[in-house]
Amino acid sequence: MTGEVIAFYALAAVLLLSGVVVVASPNIVHSAVALIPAFLGVTGIYILLNAEFLAGVQVLIYAGAITVLILFVIMLTEGGTGLRLRQRNEQGPIGVVVAVLMAALLITGVMHTAWSRAAGALPAYTPGAIGQSFLGPNLLVFEGTSIVLLVSLVGAIIIARKEE
Amino acid sequence: MPWYVELLRAIVGTILIFSGVAIIAAMFGVLLERKISGWIQSRLGPKHVGPQGLLQTIADTIKLLQKEHIVPRHADAMIFATAVLVVPLAALLDYVVIPFGVTRWGPLIFRDLNIGVLYFAATSSLVVVGILMAGWGSNNKYALLGGLRSASQMVSYEIPMGLALITIAMLAGSLSTVKIVDAQAHWWYVVEQPVTFLIFIIAATAEVNRVPFDLVEAESELVAGYFSEYTGMRFALFQLGEYGEMFAMAAMAVTLFLGGWRGPVLPPVLWFIIKLYALIFVFMWVRWTYPRFRIDQLLNFSWKILIPVALLNLVVTAFFVMVVHR
Repeated sequence: MTGEVIAFYALAAVLLLSGVVVVASPNIVHSAVALIPAFLGVTGIYILLNAEFLAGVQVLIYAGAITVLILFVIMLTEGGTGLRLRQRNEQGPIGVVVAVLMAALLITGVMHTAWSRAAGALPAYTPGAIGQSFLGPNLLVFEGTSIVLLVSLVGAIIIARKEE
Repeated sequence: MPWYVELLRAIVGTILIFSGVAIIAAMFGVLLERKISGWIQSRLGPKHVGPQGLLQTIADTIKLLQKEHIVPRHADAMIFATAVLVVPLAALLDYVVIPFGVTRWGPLIFRDLNIGVLYFAATSSLVVVGILMAGWGSNNKYALLGGLRSASQMVSYEIPMGLALITIAMLAGSLSTVKIVDAQAHWWYVVEQPVTFLIFIIAATAEVNRVPFDLVEAESELVAGYFSEYTGMRFALFQLGEYGEMFAMAAMAVTLFLGGWRGPVLPPVLWFIIKLYALIFVFMWVRWTYPRFRIDQLLNFSWKILIPVALLNLVVTAFFVMVVHR
């Protein structure tokens, strides 16, 4: 077994375990905190795939900002503790069925795709290449996303502002 | 190189960084802080343990090691205990991309990552998570308020800091810290980009929660903020994280703006240390000179002054990079 394989299984174990805690924990703050090892596990898998830039962005945005935002919202809205929020409901069995179906679908999808290894060589400096791609061929998608973000930002400000 | 050698190198590197940060940043940093604060306030500072009080922090560390661990009754024990690890860990991770000097075999750095500057921003943003966990896990209203204040403060000041990092990366044409130092062969970026340097230093002071931005642990309102309930070595680990983060920020400022290890006559590592301690002295000088901000002033300052200025600076720099350098 090579180091890469060991690293992959270790990361996958971390990811799955923390994922289970996120879904199953009765304490909402525990769920939010368990998101961090999950995101870091994804980061590790990006690094294994040589996607360094994406890994850096994953830590900065997901582990560093989104989790903090979630924790912040929980602590601001629920009297600071978040302990009164009910984390479970009666729809567990249906959830399990949907999850198993989804997993079966994904596994068949992965099994039946011909993964091409000849996708081209990696550029030596990925951040530059990603920037070129954002402002070149994918400009429309990039600008569209920025407009969506701007609209949600303005919307959040309008909702948060008190009417005068 | 086989993977287990790589793993062994990582472990040795971790031990090296940890002991380096613990001794140079935390222990010596605390002593320096007490000496400088004494000097600024016309006192002598620690004087009794060892020659000129040099061994004072060692005595303090031994004292902290012997103290009892107290966990408050209704605290969330798991989060309370993990938070202690997150804060110093995030600070230690910063040191991977800092080039301390240059030798015959290449730059003295743990890993010259392609994404060095981005990596630094990412790891230093993890500190907030630890602070929030400590504040919530303590089950103490002062700790929780301290944690929440810190989250809003650090998230706000991460943006001007990121903009300052991008400006420099754009000028150097690379995110790698070694290449950024190499790009400063002619003149330092502090000469070319004084505004960016100022933004970075202000944001760094806020990120490490030091006066005038230390609302997170404002003694008069919040006891000690997020670490009110921590005792003994756990408290010491928070201190280690805080000083480690401060030294990392100063080291990054040296790398980005003050030409890193570059300088005449003296060996490169020595130049790096001189610049590092000069910046640390500025941080401490500021701490004992300015009073604390109010929380609304603090957030307004970031969102209404720092971020617009940093954005404008970024656009102007981008324009000049396009016109002059290409």
